[in-house]
Amino acid sequence: MTALLSTHGLTKRFVKKDTATVALRDFDLEVEPGTFVCVLGRSGCGKSTMLNLLSGLTSPSEGEVRFRGERLDGPHTDIGYLTQSDTLMPWRDVQRNIEMPLELQGVAPASRTETAVDLIRRVGLEGFEHHYPRELSGGMRRRASLARMLAGNPSTLLMDEPFGALDAQLRHELQVELLRLWGEGSDQTVVFVTHDIEEAVLLGDRVVVLGGLGRVVVDRTVDLPRPRDPDELQVDPRFTGLHRELAVALKGATR
Amino acid sequence: MTTTPLGTSDGAAGPPRVDGEPTPPEAPRGAVREHVDRTWWDRYGETTTVWAARAGLLAVFLLAWQLLSGPVLDDTFISRPSDIAERLGEWWGDGTLVDNSWITVQEIAWGFLLGAATGAAAGYVFGASRYLYRVLDPFVMALYSIPKVALAPLFIVWFGIGMNMKILLAAVTVFFLVFLNTAAAVRDVDRGLIDAVRLMGGGRRVIALKVVLPASMAGFLTGLKVSVPYALIGAVIGELVASNRGLGYLINDSASQFDTAGVFAALVVLTVIAGVLNLLVGLLDRRVNRWKPLDH
Repeated sequence: MTALLSTHGLTKRFVKKDTATVALRDFDLEVEPGTFVCVLGRSGCGKSTMLNLLSGLTSPSEGEVRFRGERLDGPHTDIGYLTQSDTLMPWRDVQRNIEMPLELQGVAPASRTETAVDLIRRVGLEGFEHHYPRELSGGMRRRASLARMLAGNPSTLLMDEPFGALDAQLRHELQVELLRLWGEGSDQTVVFVTHDIEEAVLLGDRVVVLGGLGRVVVDRTVDLPRPRDPDELQVDPRFTGLHRELAVALKGATR
Repeated sequence: MTTTPLGTSDGAAGPPRVDGEPTPPEAPRGAVREHVDRTWWDRYGETTTVWAARAGLLAVFLLAWQLLSGPVLDDTFISRPSDIAERLGEWWGDGTLVDNSWITVQEIAWGFLLGAATGAAAGYVFGASRYLYRVLDPFVMALYSIPKVALAPLFIVWFGIGMNMKILLAAVTVFFLVFLNTAAAVRDVDRGLIDAVRLMGGGRRVIALKVVLPASMAGFLTGLKVSVPYALIGAVIGELVASNRGLGYLINDSASQFDTAGVFAALVVLTVIAGVLNLLVGLLDRRVNRWKPLDH
């Protein structure tokens, strides 16, 4: 099998006192290299748990995650993870935050500044290099987080509703930018979790709809041509057809 | 669709861009920074007013004290500013002031440093280990609750009546305050920040140095700030209980001779020492916490 990232019988239970909450049960997923996979699901279906397991931050109760054919048992620097909340270091300015993955990799200061400056330009944060996270708006912090993830140059990107907390217009804009950055990058693999059908169809090569406990309800490819433009897609019949299909699947998934 | 740029509401966004299409140069790309012209008064007006009010308040207080002492209130008990100034001059002249202040300053400084260093070290160790913290928590709280003054007689037995006893009395109080604040801050470190560093490939050492240490700095500094007065209390109480040198001794000695001017003179010196210590901690605080929000 050529899957870059795969899970086999993945189960996660959270034990509290005498009861265990099952967040994910027997979850299987294979992600081909270079694809943009959107995982669509309603809240509480185990999406975030799945990403935490894929990133290696938490370990499964049963089953395993395999990355490049090897069992994953901890965070891997080749897997970037953009979480729902901002985790920029509040005591570091934008540039030093973005440089941080490189700093930990032992890259020389001159070269990490170069990478950081380039990324700051690409995500559109010029002029804010030396601002601290608290001095930035929510959208700017997202851009900085995105740049920080990209700084380590991971081949696989995991994103957990990264634009969920932003207003609709800003979300659109960042989606377009993400597609642009992804197009620019070599052949990065993306697993993007969302509860927004439009977002999933706009971004993904493939959409996986999750039901309760991580049951895969629908797994289909999105054959819309790239580059995709959110405003044009709205009126594309293929888009509306797909949208309807996924909406039905999502609705049925709760039962 | 509205015609205003998207970024105006949020401050972060520029207009949406389509692949390959360059942004027009005049379009605002993200929030805009502008130069603001400020007059001298805009810049320093508030600070100047505050300082003038402080100086005025102090002058009024001293003047009232001076005028009321004698005709209205018994000057045997409350002395008066001019007498206190005179006493300070006298002590300055014969070296009493410098000698005794130096002793007390040393006790405070060593006590503060010793307590802060051991408190911070213990705070990091305890904060990082959940089990150690849970096991020792009730004991630490019990020891913390002991009035440190009650330890003075014991410390005299252990260390004599020299400077060591005062240093340790000050250090014990400072230790607990710094320790508890540091440990709480270490335990409060945002799990998300730690995970972010783990994702970057950082191990325990990197997490400790690059996340826990800076994140807990605010708590550590709070500990330092609140413990400044306690370092003074420790040292002065030690001197009041048993000594033949230091500002505490001067207070005791003057009071026993009913010399209230002498008591107040020693208190003035203590106030100045406390002020200088607070200033030093404040400077450290500002240097370390530059990343705090702009408006506070």
